[in-house]
Amino acid sequence: MHLDAALQLLRQAGHVLPDAGSTDEVTWMQKLIDGLCELSSRDPLTGLSNRRQFEMALAREIDRVARAGEPALVLMIDIDHFKKVNDTHGHAAGDLVLKAVGQVLHDCIRPMDTVARMGGEEFAMILPNCPPAFGHLVAERVRMKVGARPVPISPGQEVRVSVSIGGAFAPQWVRSSAPLWIERADQQLYRAKSSGRDRACLEQPTVSQVSAEEKGMLFGTSQFMDLE
Amino acid sequence: MTPPHEAITAPAPPATRPRGRIFAVTSGKGGVGKTFVSANLAAALARRGERVLVLDADLGLANLDVVLNLFPKITLHDVFTGKCQLEEAILPAPGGFSVLLAGSGLVEYSHLTPEVREQLRKIIDTVVTRFDRIVLDTGAGISDVVLYAVSLADEVIVVATPEPTSLTDAYATIKVLATQQQRQTIRLVVNQTGRLGEGRVIRGQLQQVVDKFVTPMLPPGGAAVKLELIGDIPSDPAVREAVQKRRLLLELLPGAPAAKALGEIAARLAP
Repeated sequence: MHLDAALQLLRQAGHVLPDAGSTDEVTWMQKLIDGLCELSSRDPLTGLSNRRQFEMALAREIDRVARAGEPALVLMIDIDHFKKVNDTHGHAAGDLVLKAVGQVLHDCIRPMDTVARMGGEEFAMILPNCPPAFGHLVAERVRMKVGARPVPISPGQEVRVSVSIGGAFAPQWVRSSAPLWIERADQQLYRAKSSGRDRACLEQPTVSQVSAEEKGMLFGTSQFMDLE
Repeated sequence: MTPPHEAITAPAPPATRPRGRIFAVTSGKGGVGKTFVSANLAAALARRGERVLVLDADLGLANLDVVLNLFPKITLHDVFTGKCQLEEAILPAPGGFSVLLAGSGLVEYSHLTPEVREQLRKIIDTVVTRFDRIVLDTGAGISDVVLYAVSLADEVIVVATPEPTSLTDAYATIKVLATQQQRQTIRLVVNQTGRLGEGRVIRGQLQQVVDKFVTPMLPPGGAAVKLELIGDIPSDPAVREAVQKRRLLLELLPGAPAAKALGEIAARLAP
């Protein structure tokens, strides 16, 4: 029966429902639904938000940014050389690393932030109201905290991992789209990975300055004569 | 697959009434004829039978009133502060279009507070169903008020002159609009041109720099930024005369070359 399966899922996840007789049926059903909702929004291994919950939070944040114009940052965080951990120490050790990194990330955030496991060794954060001037500081803090925490994988054995981080701010006043915002952060993650890992790269905020090179081209040699 | 593009936050269209098109006129540099173009373009569009509203979005240092020689008792300021209804502030202007003037004293609105944003958005939400076209005459520069006003528009027109300083500022504006608001098409009006075809050459020059420096800054998979020349307005002594007399060029000297050019731009913008 479906109800039995649901109750078993909740028990396994450590949710305690009151006895069916101890409270009225509506309250009990509500607690059951709450428990299932909670379960469907969490990553079972790390206890962080899962991808589904992350996407909902991101959609809410996009609405807020478009409405209020406040800055908001998305960070994509990927454990470096995670495959090597799995290959060398086994998948159980890999899981312990994922859990430990998840815990560090969770410890780094403010109550209004969202941290999620997107899948595999990839995590993501949404940081509402994070001014561009602090973006790099925040990302660096996350990176250093993960690097500073050794993960015990068996008695007497620890591994250390590093993370690469890519970040992008939402364009202010503009209704972004979740895929595009994530894509922009992913681009920066790719940049962090390809420039040596264990680093944070953030998309540069909008610059309205015009460089000498741009001016040179704008008023270049051809100077409005033989163009087109 | 191309990711869906970040759309500009325009007011949601009402279910029943059709929505007018919102154009933002901006320039980067001041003094290139932005307000002159806005007002005369509005007159040219009105002549084609469109219901046009020009909104003075240059909240800090508005001068649409000076250009039109209109000094109304009721301005946007009174609407913002709740002293008047929006309807009372919408005035008929010479040239057959309507205006919503900021008045020159709105210094307190030169900073974009949440209240100013909310008020502007509400006003645009309301007028957008009553007019075929809304022209937002923005301030000079790339301030947050200007960028916000532009973000409310469906389309953006950048006014530039062939002066190097104007071109540099126009380019800076285009860069910000493309990278920050993901604008893919930016329309260009080159004002005060000295010879035939100068606008086309300037567009080409700007496009070349945009292709080299701006498009690579954009997220991959999206379309490149395209500058679309919608017309040049020749240097014309008639413009100076109209501005001095605080009259619309299209009314005072409709046969002048600059007036004809504005008529052609309006025709190009027509649906």
